Amino acid sequence: MADATFRIFRGDRLKGEFVEYQVPVAPGMVVLDALHYVQGHQAPDLAVRWNCKAGKCGSCSAEVNGRPRLTCKTRLDSLPINEPIVVQPIKSFPIIKDLVTDVSWNYKVNKKIPPFTPRPNVTWKMDQRDVDRVQEFRKCIECFLCQNVCHVLRDHERHEQFGGPRFFVRVAGLEMHPLDGVSRTKLLKDELGVGYCNITKCCSEVCPEDIHITDNAIIPLKERVVDDYYDPVRWFLRKLRGKD
Amino acid sequence: MHEKFETHEHDVLIIGAGGAGLRAAIEALGHGARVGVVCKSLLGKAHTVMAEGGIAAAMANVDTADDWRTHFRDTMRGGKFLNNWHMARIHAQESPDRVRELEQWGALFDRTSSGDILQRAFGGHTYKRLCHVGDRTGLEMIRTLQDRGVHLGIDVFMECAITKLLKDGDRVSGALGYWRETGRFVVFKAKAIVVATGGIGKAWRITSNSWEYTGDGMALAYDAGAELMDMEFVQFHPTGMVWPPGVQGILVTEAVRGEGGILRNKDGERFMERYDPEKMELSTRDVVARAIYTEAREGRGTEHGGAYLDISHKPAEYVKKKLPSMYHQFRELADVDITQGPMEVGPTCHYMMGGIRVDAETAQSTVPGLFAAGEAAAGLHGANRLGGNSLSDLLVFGRRAGSAAAEHANGSGPVEVDAQQVLEGTRELLAPFESDGDNPYQVHRELEETMQNYVGIFRNEEDLQKGLGEIEHLNERAARVRVEGSRLFNPGWHLGRDLKSMLTVSKAVALSAAARKESRGAHSRIDHPNYDETWAKQHNIIAREGDQMTLKQLPVMEMPADLKEIVYG
Repeated sequence: MADATFRIFRGDRLKGEFVEYQVPVAPGMVVLDALHYVQGHQAPDLAVRWNCKAGKCGSCSAEVNGRPRLTCKTRLDSLPINEPIVVQPIKSFPIIKDLVTDVSWNYKVNKKIPPFTPRPNVTWKMDQRDVDRVQEFRKCIECFLCQNVCHVLRDHERHEQFGGPRFFVRVAGLEMHPLDGVSRTKLLKDELGVGYCNITKCCSEVCPEDIHITDNAIIPLKERVVDDYYDPVRWFLRKLRGKD
Repeated sequence: MHEKFETHEHDVLIIGAGGAGLRAAIEALGHGARVGVVCKSLLGKAHTVMAEGGIAAAMANVDTADDWRTHFRDTMRGGKFLNNWHMARIHAQESPDRVRELEQWGALFDRTSSGDILQRAFGGHTYKRLCHVGDRTGLEMIRTLQDRGVHLGIDVFMECAITKLLKDGDRVSGALGYWRETGRFVVFKAKAIVVATGGIGKAWRITSNSWEYTGDGMALAYDAGAELMDMEFVQFHPTGMVWPPGVQGILVTEAVRGEGGILRNKDGERFMERYDPEKMELSTRDVVARAIYTEAREGRGTEHGGAYLDISHKPAEYVKKKLPSMYHQFRELADVDITQGPMEVGPTCHYMMGGIRVDAETAQSTVPGLFAAGEAAAGLHGANRLGGNSLSDLLVFGRRAGSAAAEHANGSGPVEVDAQQVLEGTRELLAPFESDGDNPYQVHRELEETMQNYVGIFRNEEDLQKGLGEIEHLNERAARVRVEGSRLFNPGWHLGRDLKSMLTVSKAVALSAAARKESRGAHSRIDHPNYDETWAKQHNIIAREGDQMTLKQLPVMEMPADLKEIVYG
């Protein structure tokens, strides 16, 4: 079978360039197969993260021909194979080497989110319909492609004031857990900056798990923040009780 | 030395951040220990995340007749009575509490109509027993444990690989590793260590395992003087993908069969009728894997050498709801719509039943202060593991290892890290930069072929001896692999080190397999096709004496009368 040409970013924080590699194409091949081929035969030091190779772990995120993708699910037969296929690291995070970026910021954000806290004296019974609604958010495999395309992070670099779509999904999964008993709206407003999101839905478009991030997570969370902080009745009650 | 290398000090160091490691960390913290967790990948990417079908626990939410006794009996029968009965009993008794605990930490399982945790059928389980979340149970489990652990305050060292356990006399005193990102060395000082590194699937060509599963923990423990047990028992999961080539080996969950999937050969025959007419597709994994392999070998396989697995007789919406990731996996990677037609499947190397020999109650190995849990430990599953018993294993014995390790640390005096051991370890790691030997990827490919061809599903003396010869040869080459590039995130360098672990464990597998001259569970000898009464009463034990790998036999523990009554009664 014919060869495909890959132009892969090689470099680190300081400098880098695109290097071309020829890879023999096999039926059903995905971009990650090609990266492995390059690693195994031409560039053993090519840095790339991967684990499951089946779209379940979210490790192998990269930009393929400018599109944020899981390389394990990007088939070569879905790309124009007679042109070079360009593979580069995701952009919202600092490069470590080649296709590997420093995503540690995400783990710091996650630490800020209060964990699941059951209501007092709760009975551990749940309706499947209530569970279904939340399970959508819990499908997230933390590939961080949504973080990669979010303007607030990618273009405006508001990593300090903003949590990003991944963590709105995470908060939605906790807030809408049928038995959870704490509110995270203050965190959403003050620390995760949900207000910065102007619902362009870029995150939803790239989600490999088809989570409706904007419609089902972010918008309902924005509504909860509005209800808790900008509803005049609740605002008055909060003042009365001396809570901020 | 402490000036030279970054050093961290904990009471309990846990190697591996899958289900067992995280559960151990949570428990050790609860016992007041300072806990560090080291993992080769990012947090949340360990193999647990790929577990699909469910957690086995006799909760009796669906089949009310279920109880721990039946779960215990199923586990022992599935393991062909080579299991450590003490572990199997603890596991069956404690699994339901561990599942409930997971739910109380926020895990959301599928529900019954009365609002309880839903349970599904699985191979070898008498009753519907697997608590699940569609076919992504492992993801739910690892996220729950990860968040619990992080918020309780474990220190996590991500993308850090441990290459050597350090000892202070007979006791463990810490570990040496390197940061994958920078290639810099790091020393961990600890009074107790829990090995929770999973299995060795990357030594085979067709495997469901990721790059991480190179037998590190087993090899580290072996090097530190611990015993390995039952290493001949490698589980080949009956259903991996077989086509296209790039996805060969990727897991197709047993939940497909649990939900009613049917296996057929190319002639349309439901061949399981000939292998296990009673349990059919829900027979144990060893039986189904051999059946599919045999059908293909005898010319009744599919185009790409597997069998057809069909769930399309179920309503499409039901299939998408209960097996969503399988639906997407086949649609996107193999152009197959599983709601409309069959999948092509074949056996894939999946799980190691053997591992570090541990005490049933404390999970302590034969080295003081060194504990092991999950796939890295031996005993619970005997000669064959039942599906769903792995996730419950992680929780039950992860918790026990964490608690025992913390108690061990709390009760022991200070340990010293020996600078000489650290220095030797770093020298060994740097040697490949000076070498002009083979590319580590080439040596790895040859090891995968060796294990696939000579130490696979069906074995015989001639193949195993060939395999052992090849392993010796590859060992010499692995000692001289060369590294290209720098120490900065260099997978070729990392693989060179991982090869050493893979070869140690592969040799242990081949030696044990050659010794056991019978067929039992996942170990099938063409030249010794039957059970053997003598071997029914013996484990193979691998240990290190000087530079030599030694093999001896250990009698199987006699089961007490009340348990015998459950199993045979």
